[in-house]
Amino acid sequence: MSVVVEELTRTFGAIEAVKGISFAVEKGEVFGFLGPNGAGKSTTIKMLCTLLKPTSGRALVNGYDVVQMPTDVRRSIGIVFQDPTLDDYLSAEQNLRYHCMLYHTPPATRPTRIDSLLRLVGLEDRRKDLVKTFSGGMKRRLEVARGLLHEPQTLFLDEPTVGLDPQTRRSVWEYVMRLRQSTGLTIFMTTHYLEEAEYCDRIAIMDHGRVVALDTPDALKRQVGRESVHLVVAPEDVARAALVIGEDRRVTHGEGGELQVECAEGASGQALAAQLLRQLTLSDIAVQAVSVHAPSLDDVFMRLTGRAIRDETAGAKERLEARLRGRGRLRRRS
Amino acid sequence: MKGKVKMAQRSTLDTQPPLIAVHTTPPPPRTARLPVDLEGIAMIWLREMSRLWRQRTRLYGAIVRALVWLFALGFGLRRSFVPIAGLSYAQFVFPGVIAMTIIFSALQSAISIIWDREFGFLKEVLVAPTPRSTLVLGKCLGGATSSTAQAAIMLVFAPLAGVTLTPLHVLAALGAMFITALALSALGIVIALRMTDFENFGTIQNFITQPLYLFSGAIFPTRGVPGWLSALLFLNPLTYGVNAIRGALLGYNVSEVPRDIVALLGVTIVFLGIALMLARGEA
Repeated sequence: MSVVVEELTRTFGAIEAVKGISFAVEKGEVFGFLGPNGAGKSTTIKMLCTLLKPTSGRALVNGYDVVQMPTDVRRSIGIVFQDPTLDDYLSAEQNLRYHCMLYHTPPATRPTRIDSLLRLVGLEDRRKDLVKTFSGGMKRRLEVARGLLHEPQTLFLDEPTVGLDPQTRRSVWEYVMRLRQSTGLTIFMTTHYLEEAEYCDRIAIMDHGRVVALDTPDALKRQVGRESVHLVVAPEDVARAALVIGEDRRVTHGEGGELQVECAEGASGQALAAQLLRQLTLSDIAVQAVSVHAPSLDDVFMRLTGRAIRDETAGAKERLEARLRGRGRLRRRS
Repeated sequence: MKGKVKMAQRSTLDTQPPLIAVHTTPPPPRTARLPVDLEGIAMIWLREMSRLWRQRTRLYGAIVRALVWLFALGFGLRRSFVPIAGLSYAQFVFPGVIAMTIIFSALQSAISIIWDREFGFLKEVLVAPTPRSTLVLGKCLGGATSSTAQAAIMLVFAPLAGVTLTPLHVLAALGAMFITALALSALGIVIALRMTDFENFGTIQNFITQPLYLFSGAIFPTRGVPGWLSALLFLNPLTYGVNAIRGALLGYNVSEVPRDIVALLGVTIVFLGIALMLARGEA
């Protein structure tokens, strides 16, 4: 287990930001934390990174208690924040070298480690350049490299691709997935891009300070609805096709030669499509088109939280509140 | 501290068998456990040096500002003053202008904590496995070194003010400049940690830097001033810095220099203590 959270709670004055959540993350897993703005994702991740003390409950990261052994937790994790935390006036290499000093990595291994990570994120020929000349995507990649410099067991990514263009987002993800394959690293990430959540082995959906669902993306999608197969045959074949498909299946007729066949609970749409194609072909019915429709994570999210994940009107106010909380950060003493 | 104890008592989970093997003793640290993290401090210090080099224009600004003061005061006011203890006004004010360079650059360097907070780098330090003292001590030493370096450049202009320097003078002056810079950096760090946004930067210049500079004896002798002013001078750490630098460069009022050193180091320790307390609250 890389992360174990038991009844973790955090309050800010009267506001209960995180309300006694429990979950565990396996070693080597890509674990996604989803939720609308203000759901408590950032508060949770801050507690796991020892930046914020829990009000109650407990959390273990890589086997270390976040309250009792924060330094050990910190040494064993890498973090890439939502906002860049690089020094723009230093070169890429300097940023990495200073990180090694802060984390006391063995000095003899530093140059090779820095080399290999710069190569991993494709910045080896920009190593001497000041970070302020980098694009947003390059900065994010450099941050990922920096987060991995001290060989963490768990990498925390807080909205790692927010504000990046789709192409850069994909390349950041390619790096992350490659890393996971080559190092067995556990990846704990928050995102509100649902298409990115598809990369995760498991997803926890948070809303109003609670974990409202936790499962694999496929299982979550199956919860909200069945998959279905859409077929198009010649209009004169529709009746015969419906007969071949069988009366025990739920078939609805669309316009022209369209047929929609709903899968059994939990069954795969692709398997059904293959089966139907075989049956229809055997009965000499030509299938002109076939497609599989699966419920999306958007549907899951909508069902569980009652709003779309990028519901900006709800988000703006919560973001402002979060910002105000952030502004008061110096007044708070833990 | 209090919160931590409460946490441990409240958790009923402690009595249950843990879900996973929990480390009860930390793995052996790679470096000897010191109350301070020397490598971390070295990193903050190095970064400060590198930034000073990268932002050289800041340096030119500091030099020009100091020269403007030196010429405006030293030569503009020459006729209005009688020689002070055998020194011309230009000679007298020269150490004061050096002290000005120190206070401006020490505060500016400390205030960059706010910049780091706004632009993120502070977080990189705050989540690292290093105590908060790393930030405070590294920043203080870095700020003091960079302001001493900036002020040291001013020594080149000593002949302009009619101040003759021997290597010994220079060495003594550098020492006095450094402990002055330490005290002001520590003060600056306290201010930076208390300040939550950057808009107040101008306020700091107006309400802290300038009064501290003007009411420090940098531009006038501290003897024979009205009582209220003498109280201000007594409370202002820069007064001791100016006196120490002037003592080192001109041999003026040397008998009070030991007092100056004690006062400056005392101020440094007190402000560093406050800064450490404030830094614990950063998250």
